[in-house]
Amino acid sequence: MKANPSSWVASHVASLPKSGIRDFFELVAKMKGQEVISLGVGEPDFATPWHIREAAIYSLEKGRTYYTSNLGLLELRQEISRYVSKNFGVDYPPDDQVIVTVGVSEALDLAFRAFLNPGDKVMYHQPCYVSYHPSIELAHGEAIPVPTYAKDNFALTAEALEAAWKPGTKILMLNLPCNPTGGTCSREQLAQIADFAREKDLLVLSDEIYSELTFDGEHTSIATFPGMADRTIFLHGFSKAFAMTGWRIGYACGPAELIDAMMKVHQYSMMCASIIAQDAAVEALRNGDDAVAHMREQYHRRRDLVVRRFNEMGLTCHSPRGSFYAFPSVKGIGMTEGDFAVGLLDAEKVAVVPGTAFGPGGQGHFRACFATGYDDLITACDRMERFIAQKNS
Amino acid sequence: MNPVLKLLLEGGRLTTAQMAQVAGLSEADVEQHLDQLKKDKIFLGWRPVLDLSREAAAEAAVEALIEVRITPERDGGFDRLAERISRFDEVHTCMLVSGGYDLLVIVRGKSLQKVAGFVSEKLSTIEGVLSTATHFLLRYYKDQGFMLDREDSSESRLEVAP
Repeated sequence: MKANPSSWVASHVASLPKSGIRDFFELVAKMKGQEVISLGVGEPDFATPWHIREAAIYSLEKGRTYYTSNLGLLELRQEISRYVSKNFGVDYPPDDQVIVTVGVSEALDLAFRAFLNPGDKVMYHQPCYVSYHPSIELAHGEAIPVPTYAKDNFALTAEALEAAWKPGTKILMLNLPCNPTGGTCSREQLAQIADFAREKDLLVLSDEIYSELTFDGEHTSIATFPGMADRTIFLHGFSKAFAMTGWRIGYACGPAELIDAMMKVHQYSMMCASIIAQDAAVEALRNGDDAVAHMREQYHRRRDLVVRRFNEMGLTCHSPRGSFYAFPSVKGIGMTEGDFAVGLLDAEKVAVVPGTAFGPGGQGHFRACFATGYDDLITACDRMERFIAQKNS
Repeated sequence: MNPVLKLLLEGGRLTTAQMAQVAGLSEADVEQHLDQLKKDKIFLGWRPVLDLSREAAAEAAVEALIEVRITPERDGGFDRLAERISRFDEVHTCMLVSGGYDLLVIVRGKSLQKVAGFVSEKLSTIEGVLSTATHFLLRYYKDQGFMLDREDSSESRLEVAP
């Protein structure tokens, strides 16, 4: 019998659409060699601060090349516990309420696999990070998108949650500040979301990876609201704040029973995160505050610059309170997000990501990452302005 | 801190127009800040940071760090002598430091002989200079916050990522 390899792919994997970002990546990759300025990245333009890299070198020199405990190095869990308590105001004992993972992505996958029975429903706000919906489906859950709107600066509202809720919903997935919109929620809005979660008896997965990059006011974690720590998995990592994307190191904190369930999946699939990355993470938490503050200040100024320029050229854009993404609208200039992104790349060699790569709610918008130097940011804005002027002439 | 001063310190090679955009000011405001910084003698001048070892056309230059011990004076301590030494064109930098000597002087000249001549004939003969120790500079690894010969790894960053 002739082999038909595609018949062996599981149907729920075969039916998953490829990431919309992938298509756009291919398009940009074809322009290799040309002077493309990319605002399409999802990571800091800074290299990991040297003292963190140096700690990893030292770790290798000492021959620290073995497995760690499944939960992660106790030393790192202690630092995480201290850091989360100090910066987020929630106490998680390091021995049974913290697990170190291979990035927040793994933590998220663990959570869905550990908590979802087939058919359980997960609410997530959208536009959102590209992997939320697929991760839910891969864990045989049912994804329920909850729209956020430009008119609310992409904050998630309790009304939208109420409207989207269906019986059988078990988990509410949050990502605030949000990739790609930069949306955040006020304390009051978060309090209402917490009320909603308690009322519907939901477990909340809160991906707060961009929390250190909050520019206006303080970041508040949903886990700090009364009773919420008992129903929240706090997900965080080092990629964005410490510029450590390639290290793949993150963590989850939550009720001991839930962390234990996640640990089960983790120990049979990943075993542990890389010890070198864990050693580097210890150094990041102990001595990285200044570097984080420096990077935040840079992103803050860049945000102000691009948001002002976008609005001046007719791309309506709210000022994202956090993250390093701006999510302007192209509706005012009479284009679709796809035409804008492809046209801009073609004519002016500037790459941005069409909003629909982050779900249908991103229609009419594009994501521009401002984790890029001033020179390139200003040139990219100038080129965008010229592109719009030419379209209008 | 003055926003323009902040940008200057970061050494980002921004034009006045770019600084205006980054700091969210008008160009006129930036010019005014720059003028004020000059007036207050905070901002003394522009100098690029260069790796001249890569520039074949660059004039050959020899640099030396010189430890200088001097006798402090009743009125003014080290200041009069330090300023006197600083005024020589050959002296690029002159600082008062704590430790085994008093002044650290950076001298630049077209050749080793010129620098050596300056030290032996001018610097060490000044009344009040007790001793000098000259260290010729062999190679820079980092200059004013910039790494030299550094390979840029940012090219390996993906152009588009989620």
